[in-house]
Amino acid sequence: MAYALCFLLFMIGLYCAAVKKNMVKIVIGIMIMEYAVNLFLIMLGYRSGGQAPIVGRGDIAGAGGKVLDSFINTSVDPLPQALVLTTIVISLGSLALMISICIRTYEKYGTFDITEIRRLKG
Amino acid sequence: MAEIYILLLFVIIAAIIAVETRKLLSAVICIGAVGFGGSLIFLFLRAPDIAITQIVVEVLGLIILIRATISRDVTLISGDREFFGMVVSIVILLVIATAGVRVLETLPAFGTPIIARLPDAASNTYIKEGLARTGAANIVSSVILDFRAYDTLGETTVLFTSIIGATVILRKKSRKLLEELE
Amino acid sequence: MHGMTVIVKTISSWVKLLIFLFGIYIVIFGHLTPGGGFAGGVILAASYILLMLAFGREFAEENLSLGWASKLDCAGALLFAAIALCGLFYGGGYFFWNFIQHRYLAGPGHALKLVSAGTIPLANIAIGLKVMASLFLVTLVLSTFRPDRSAKEKE
Repeated sequence: MAYALCFLLFMIGLYCAAVKKNMVKIVIGIMIMEYAVNLFLIMLGYRSGGQAPIVGRGDIAGAGGKVLDSFINTSVDPLPQALVLTTIVISLGSLALMISICIRTYEKYGTFDITEIRRLKG
Repeated sequence: MAEIYILLLFVIIAAIIAVETRKLLSAVICIGAVGFGGSLIFLFLRAPDIAITQIVVEVLGLIILIRATISRDVTLISGDREFFGMVVSIVILLVIATAGVRVLETLPAFGTPIIARLPDAASNTYIKEGLARTGAANIVSSVILDFRAYDTLGETTVLFTSIIGATVILRKKSRKLLEELE
Repeated sequence: MHGMTVIVKTISSWVKLLIFLFGIYIVIFGHLTPGGGFAGGVILAASYILLMLAFGREFAEENLSLGWASKLDCAGALLFAAIALCGLFYGGGYFFWNFIQHRYLAGPGHALKLVSAGTIPLANIAIGLKVMASLFLVTLVLSTFRPDRSAKEKE
């Protein structure tokens, strides 16, 4: 059920990026799609009643650096979190690039409408 | 679990408002609401690293978006859309939706990750031996900077390239050279 | 881009120092508590952007100019590559080998302290520097861009 809501969010973003004519609305649709994908990846690694993958003082057994079994059995998956962390920062860089293209196009053509830009050449 | 569903409904309603409204400033504010709701969901899904990163990136993204939309494009865009293009788009969306629904039926239940079903998955090694091999208490940091450091190198390169691209597009020097040549 | 009123200027001149300190804390303690280089770098950039929004673009450009931001960006990337190459030469011959951890800190008793985990805090500092300089550079360039009126009048 939670996966279905996440997929619904992705479809809303895809509809906005494919059908709208305003350039900034297309950028907003791409951002909604990125949020949905990040959410889906983190949901894949969730364990019911789990704890965050950070070792505290009560999870170390002995002095050799071994962790207790209670931590191993209740921790959530750390690998999707590591992948999503870099994805979020990359999405900020690509947002800056898309917005700079939008600003430049507005300065040259005077509008954000993509059908007008197709008709006027130069 | 109930709070995750309530927050997901809030995020979906905010996304629908962001898509359908006519004013650009309202759409940008609703995107901010989507980002904040997403960060709260990450906190309930036991991912504090991601929640911190999502909130600060959301704030900076809002500043960049508002810079582009404020005091521009006061005319509302109207007019008929092309009929054929819209039909093709709706057909493609329906195909993707059907494929997605078929995939959703094969996914495991929400709440059992892959490390609980496969005892020799990679994440089991990261959790068991992360502290002993790398000495870091934050297992996610040890994954991105020791076990999978190549991914971080690639991410640094992508961020570098996109920032260089944005700086080059918004430059003004090339226009001055053209005016001097004329 | 103009500055804002007197109240905003006074409060932000006190608050930006706290934000900067918080950003440095998140970067340095990235291997013990949640955070790390990426989130800390974005918080550090946010303190400079607050300076730019409250006082105007010229004041922020005197504080950290465009040339200095580019140089810090490259310095962060080169520091990250240098840490990786040191693992190649001093360690076992692999590219990102955590040579400090395996040579000096492998014994017990080093688990939850600040000086632990080898090259991970150094890499966090390099990434934090790089992300901060990149985001400040792109926001400065976005606010400096003024539409050119003379080109539109020629058409």
